[in-house]
Amino acid sequence: MSIGSVPVRYKVEIDHDRCMLCERCVENCSYGVFRKSGNVIKVSPKQCVACHRCIAMCPRDAISLSARPIDYRPHPIWTDEVRESIYNQAKTGKIILAGMGNALPYPVIFDRLVLDACQVTNPSIDPLREPMELRTYIGKKPAKIEYKENESHEIELTTKITKNLQIETPIMIGHMSYGAISLNAQLSLAKAVSEVGTFMGTGEGGLHEALHPYQDHMIVQVASGRFGVDIDYLERGAAIEIKIGQGAKPGIGGHLPGEKVCYDVSCTRMIPEGSDAISPAPHHDIYSIEDLKQLVRGLKEATEWKKPVFVKIAAVHNSAAIAAGIARSSADAVVIDGFRGGTGAAPKVFRDHVGIPIEAAIASVDAKLRQQGIRNEISLIASGGIRESADVAKAIMLGADAVYIGTAALVALGCRVCGTCYRNLCPWGIATQRQDLVDRLDVENSSRQVSNLLNAWTLELAELMGAAGINSIESLRGNRDRLRSYMLDESLMQVLDVKSVGA
Amino acid sequence: MCGIISVIDRSRAMMDGSRIREALAMMNERGSGEGAGYVAYGAFPDFKDYYAIHVFYDNIHETKDDVDAILKKWGHIEHEEEIPTFDVPGIKRIHTPWRYFFKPDTSLMLRSPTPDEDIITYIVMKVNESIKGALIYSSGKNIALFKASGWPEDVADFYRIQDYNGYIWLGHNRYPTNTPGWWGGAHPFNLLDWSVVHNGEITSYGTNRRYIESYGYQCSMFTDTEVVAYLFDLLVRRHGLKDDIAVKALAPPFWEAIDSMPSREREFATAIRLTYGPALMNGPFAIVVAREDSIVGFTDRIKLRPLVTGEYGDRIYISSEEAAIRVMEPCVENIRMPKAGEPVIGRVYS
Repeated sequence: MSIGSVPVRYKVEIDHDRCMLCERCVENCSYGVFRKSGNVIKVSPKQCVACHRCIAMCPRDAISLSARPIDYRPHPIWTDEVRESIYNQAKTGKIILAGMGNALPYPVIFDRLVLDACQVTNPSIDPLREPMELRTYIGKKPAKIEYKENESHEIELTTKITKNLQIETPIMIGHMSYGAISLNAQLSLAKAVSEVGTFMGTGEGGLHEALHPYQDHMIVQVASGRFGVDIDYLERGAAIEIKIGQGAKPGIGGHLPGEKVCYDVSCTRMIPEGSDAISPAPHHDIYSIEDLKQLVRGLKEATEWKKPVFVKIAAVHNSAAIAAGIARSSADAVVIDGFRGGTGAAPKVFRDHVGIPIEAAIASVDAKLRQQGIRNEISLIASGGIRESADVAKAIMLGADAVYIGTAALVALGCRVCGTCYRNLCPWGIATQRQDLVDRLDVENSSRQVSNLLNAWTLELAELMGAAGINSIESLRGNRDRLRSYMLDESLMQVLDVKSVGA
Repeated sequence: MCGIISVIDRSRAMMDGSRIREALAMMNERGSGEGAGYVAYGAFPDFKDYYAIHVFYDNIHETKDDVDAILKKWGHIEHEEEIPTFDVPGIKRIHTPWRYFFKPDTSLMLRSPTPDEDIITYIVMKVNESIKGALIYSSGKNIALFKASGWPEDVADFYRIQDYNGYIWLGHNRYPTNTPGWWGGAHPFNLLDWSVVHNGEITSYGTNRRYIESYGYQCSMFTDTEVVAYLFDLLVRRHGLKDDIAVKALAPPFWEAIDSMPSREREFATAIRLTYGPALMNGPFAIVVAREDSIVGFTDRIKLRPLVTGEYGDRIYISSEEAAIRVMEPCVENIRMPKAGEPVIGRVYS
């Protein structure tokens, strides 16, 4: 072949003085990097994806790993990444598939925003000593309330409040389907959200019966492939989410490689075993906003108007107008998924180039809904690239009611963000359906890790709010006055409606 | 830190401004001599059916014609005058205060259940937003508002407030941090029937302002207090909530308290918090809001600013300090310190 092989990405070395030949690396590496030959562990680094499973499991810290041991000639335009994509496509003639979120080094807006704290003129509030309220209600709210007073001066509410989801922290876990991730991963997340008092999404892969005990904390998804959807599924969920788009791949549908469609996944998803599950780009019954309105109403009717219905869209240029259209339907919440949103599998060209960052999208959606006087009547959920509690605070201050996290929750399960989710070989038992790998994920321990993360972020949020002199999350929401931009350009500051540091 | 005081006579008996001047000056430790103000309800019996539009002009010759034009476009000016003022060493005269007695032409505001108020609100927002050098700082019927940059006693003497009578008085002694020296930044703030005095800082201002602006209000005075007047106007006048319920929306009980309420109350308190979450006011504050028939005092949900109430005969007093109330009424009774978020309402006898 004229192109030849490309340089290895990672260099894996074993310190043979430290190695005790326990072979844990051989057992743990699902990519086949290690083998034992005589009295030595041999390495084939070409297979390595830097998932760190071997490093985490080596009892003697004998393994070391470094990236890019062989450099290409440096070039600012013809990056290694670009060259390797071309070699790849020259060989295959195919679309390149990638995992996780956007991997291009765009500036992160969250990291150019700083938070405010109180001093002297108003006191900060100490969450250790004063109440701090993070409880959030997701769903439709009336523009005003009406009531009457009866003869004994008791107040009777005449406005009907539709059902909202009550969450004790404004952090939920987004939709990662059974198929994209393992059943043990879903069970760990489900157990964690039930304990913490929040919710998670099922993704578009149906609801496995093992998850039924947690169904009151699960939002069931209806996507363009309609995988796993029947009336039983809809009725089990605490809420229903229509997935129109996804931040990692706006404009196209979901993609589950056939490698991951094992028997159990095929049953839950209601598709043949081993077949690629490729959802259509649009919903075939939605070709305009009024079609979406009908689907929302259809799902409401099917569940007797008892379930909140969310609509998830990818963050793109006109998200604000789309969200305003959704707000006029019976939908209870809009989910905006930014271009850093993760995925199990997406064409690399979409993952890296299509869509806009969540910070800008949520700010413009919130502003548009306020201009139209309907902001408080619908909830906004921000997702795609929420990495830490400060991101949660900033997303809420830019106008979100709550956030979905995805990758962060998987990292809490052990994920090392190697981005190889689409190969069904995840050695952490997260993004795989291979039973021996799935068994590695202990649900008990893993769920504690996820609930620890949610609790830790919640504590940090409470501290940030207290420092800002705010004791209720409602007063953080859309409070852009308490954010300042650090080195963002003026047009972006206008979109975000924030002032500069020092202003 | 600021000091506030207010009084209502429930039988609508008139009080002149001399005593509130003394009471406010008593709290000079709370101010810095850079802003003080008073408001009197019932001050213009001869024009009681006209909106008393108060304007600070930077100079008359440049901007007054524009304001006059807007007023004449929307109604009829029954009477206008420069507000009488008297030179006082402590006050630097940077504005000319003017007042109009104005009646809007309701036929010009179609499809509105409250055309009078909507026209006045529109005029206030329009002038304050678009005419540089003119600021409408009060617009209620039968309401006189006096404010300037200076110590309370100087501001009182500048306007000779002892010459005015009212059955409700509010006073405010300012320690400015945001807009020192600017007369528009002094309290009370007023819109239509609403007047507000406020001690504190609203940390939720960014949320409250964006909420209220989505209903067409324009926050033009560069300070957090005006938003209180607009929130009361929206919740009480436009949404029809009673004032104690409006306070429950602005400074609601904690969820922990709501969760242990009997079901009907819980349902109502939850509905208020869900519906009016963006109106919830956070941060340290003690506020008194007045309208034609009542005064309402309340603090933030953890009472980070003081508020004391007292009674004497038909009169109810609300203040930052008991000592200030005692200056106004040495024999005051029932001195109380309301709990955090608990509204204290003084209402005229019906």
